[in-house]
Amino acid sequence: MADSGVTDGNEKKGDIERAKSEGKELTKEEKQRLRKEKKQQKKSKEKKDDKAIQESGKETKGDSSAASAPQPSTQSTAQKAPSAVPAPVSVPAPEAPTPADKPPKSKAELKAERRARQEAERASKQGKKGDPGPQGAVSKSKAATNELQPVVKRLPEHIQVDNPDVLKKLAKKLERQQIPLRLDYGYKVSLFSHLHQYSRKAPLTQQLSIPSTVIHPAIVRLGLQYSQGIVAGSNARSIALLHAFKQVIRDYTTPPNEELSRDLVNRLKPYISFLNQCRPLSASMGNAIKYVKKEISNIPSQCKEEEAKRKLLTCIEWYIKEKIILAAKAIAESSIEKISDGDVILIYGCSSLVNHILCEALEKNRKFRVIVVDSRPRLEGREALRRLVQRGISCTYVLISAVSYILPEVSKVFLGAHALLANGYVMSRVGTSQIALVAKAFNVPVLVCCETYKFCERVQTDSFVSNELDDPDDLIVTRNGQTQLENWQQEPSLGLLNLVYDVTPPDFVDLVITELGMIPCTSVPVVLRVKNVDQ
Amino acid sequence: MELQAVLMAAGGGSRMTDLTYNTPKPMLPVGNKPLMWYPLNLLERVGFEEVIVITTKEVQKMMSTDSKMKRDIKMKMEVVCVPEDGDMGTADALRHIQQKIKTDILVVSCDLITDVALHEVVDLFRAHNATLAMLMSKAHEFTETVPGQKGKKRTAEQRDFVGVDQSGKRLLFMANEADLEDGLSVRKSIIRKHPRMHIKTGLVDAHLYCLKKAVVDFLTENKSISSIRGELVPYLVRKQFSKTTNSQKVKEDLEDQTQKKNDCSTNHELLISSRDEPLLQLAQERSCWNDHRGDMSEAYHGGKLRCYVHIMEQGLCYRVNTLAAYIEANRQAPKLFEEPPVHPSAVISERCQVGSDSIIGERCQIAEKTSIKRSTIGISSNVKEKVKVTNSIVMHSVTIEEGCNIQGSVICSNAIIGRGADLKYCLVGNGQRIEPEGKTQQHEHTQS
Repeated sequence: MADSGVTDGNEKKGDIERAKSEGKELTKEEKQRLRKEKKQQKKSKEKKDDKAIQESGKETKGDSSAASAPQPSTQSTAQKAPSAVPAPVSVPAPEAPTPADKPPKSKAELKAERRARQEAERASKQGKKGDPGPQGAVSKSKAATNELQPVVKRLPEHIQVDNPDVLKKLAKKLERQQIPLRLDYGYKVSLFSHLHQYSRKAPLTQQLSIPSTVIHPAIVRLGLQYSQGIVAGSNARSIALLHAFKQVIRDYTTPPNEELSRDLVNRLKPYISFLNQCRPLSASMGNAIKYVKKEISNIPSQCKEEEAKRKLLTCIEWYIKEKIILAAKAIAESSIEKISDGDVILIYGCSSLVNHILCEALEKNRKFRVIVVDSRPRLEGREALRRLVQRGISCTYVLISAVSYILPEVSKVFLGAHALLANGYVMSRVGTSQIALVAKAFNVPVLVCCETYKFCERVQTDSFVSNELDDPDDLIVTRNGQTQLENWQQEPSLGLLNLVYDVTPPDFVDLVITELGMIPCTSVPVVLRVKNVDQ
Repeated sequence: MELQAVLMAAGGGSRMTDLTYNTPKPMLPVGNKPLMWYPLNLLERVGFEEVIVITTKEVQKMMSTDSKMKRDIKMKMEVVCVPEDGDMGTADALRHIQQKIKTDILVVSCDLITDVALHEVVDLFRAHNATLAMLMSKAHEFTETVPGQKGKKRTAEQRDFVGVDQSGKRLLFMANEADLEDGLSVRKSIIRKHPRMHIKTGLVDAHLYCLKKAVVDFLTENKSISSIRGELVPYLVRKQFSKTTNSQKVKEDLEDQTQKKNDCSTNHELLISSRDEPLLQLAQERSCWNDHRGDMSEAYHGGKLRCYVHIMEQGLCYRVNTLAAYIEANRQAPKLFEEPPVHPSAVISERCQVGSDSIIGERCQIAEKTSIKRSTIGISSNVKEKVKVTNSIVMHSVTIEEGCNIQGSVICSNAIIGRGADLKYCLVGNGQRIEPEGKTQQHEHTQS
């Protein structure tokens, strides 16, 4: 508010005149907004003189922001909200509303914003008629310079599969990196047609040369293990990924006239695309990759190769030790306080962290029993059951359809998480939100255990926008030699949906246990902010 | 580098001496290409850029003069010569080139003709971190009459018993009938871990193996193993369930006791040793995947040594080590390459009938009124008028005079078939001369 008071009276007048010419009533907020828009206009005019490149970028951003504006407002608010959270602290307070403020925006205000943006863009246009790029496919690198302009985040490619432009871009990118494109398989249910759906019987290695030269063999092996499900589970995938990276770094030699800090990062990019094609990356993997890339770029240029490699290897080992192993230990310690004698604990699927907690609790001589809830098609609960029974914990095993029958017996629910989103939602195996819902109905406390390296800056309120579609053929079952769904592809109106994740709202989660302590679900953005400041 | 290809081309062809006494087996023409062209083509198609070829000096000389090899194979071939006395087994050959081997290897035999999707075998090797991955195929009955053999009775081949688990991928048991004197006995340790085992007998071993580098190192220590197929593979398959490779085990059968002493000393070499073994272990522990269910053990039963097999259900897979296989391969080989069956440089007069399933080689001269059906005519062969060639294989530089009738026969290189000869189901050796008007009876073979 202070800075707006300092701005010229002229600007304010101009705004008011313009607004008045449009025949609208000016509220205080509208005035502020219009003033800011004018400021950006001025700034963009300056930039226009300096850098032509930034110009065109802003243009396309302006174009696509105009293109995306007519979209349902929820999407734009959803886009703005994540930009608000990680944006640099210098963003003026009124411009960075918390997600709670965003929804109650009247239609008129949205219209005003849109019109103001159009004015700004019209004023800065040089007459170039750039095509509006693919929806939202815009770089947000200008955030630093145009911090006042609402930053439109680029939509990731993997949730725009039904957009042919995006697919073309992806194909071009993969071609450049010499990675084969994995084709989608089967009919996709219309609500999820914006996601990839691959078949396990068509691995990516079919299109690669056999002694893989483009991609390091350790990464090919990892990709195969991901796509076949041999390495499954957020922690396992991250550890395996870091292990593969260690091998890559060991086998890496800096080419002449190149710097390790830059070249190694470029070397890792095609590997990451390859792994993404094999199976979409998880949030924890994304954070691990970000960490590794940061460490690599922070290598000083005068560092010798051997020393640099050794440094990187120790960094990776440290990351695993601190973020996964020690975090699990800390979480186990806090959780054991929550487990009392005589408890009946319900778990869902196979979460490595929850299994670890229960085994530790048994070591500390807590008396409890466990109910393992399982669901098709993965039936991961069987593996959790095996691990717990092997340790000596008495377990009951039910399918998810029996959850409401068994809940009256349950005293606590422990859930694992695949990721914790910035708005407090918990992304986990499909079925988790169901369990949380039923538990809430029965007034049973739900505790989610999650390490902080799985915290993600994404925001999602439903399971549709971003998810993973597994092989639909997994749903087919053969009983007594008969496979009813054998020819499901011939039925034009039949689609098989094999979702992997779902999101649980924070209202159903009572506590999140992390290595930083036991926090309520809504404190996740705080943790994220603290983490960002730390790093 | 991920895999190194090794082609074993020093084999003698002991089961088809009629053909190989003059031409070494790797250079026998199949569909007018030398036999070893097929595995080399397979490797090249899949993406290999280098091969180590283990062969004899004679074959090496022939390779350098053969135009097809020079022209079609773009890979870099490193030829390693071994003495021709035939005492060297495949494992001995691997030991011989141990210095050149830096990574895991893919061993192929020169007599393999197949169109398998090689990634199926290699993916098993990669994904499960296996010690051995091999290829097998359902055997096809050979329907063609084999010349030179009395009647249709084939020599009783020793059957191979192959035991696989439920998924059909993990190799649990492998034994040849010759080794099983008093019945097939399966160890209790195997049954305890894999209660359901499918034992198959009608499989053809394609002699295509992916082996870990540790196995090659192991071979250098153990000089007693001389054949990959005969000794190394059954040894590895047995070793999967050996007491010393697994941690907790109960008392086993007596058979183990004698082997145990030898096993202990050699175990450490075969065990997969990677620098980050604890990290891999960590990842596997946290992964919610298991390759079997129903018992309390972890994935792979905690075993570090694993053998996998890919069994081809459809597609071509032939091992050309008998005469019958050779004939069958000649029929089927054209499916594997895209060249036209009739070579453009062959001179074929208009009034002859060349069937669509016949292959005519380069620089052939086919005169008028000849009929060639379901046959292969080799390079530079000369077929005069009024000749009927049916179901036969004619190798290179053969002259067939007028009026001959050749049916179901194999005629080796440089042979001359005199005028009016009538050959039925015969095998004519190299450089032979059949007298004019000669009537060779069925199932005869002539040799010098």
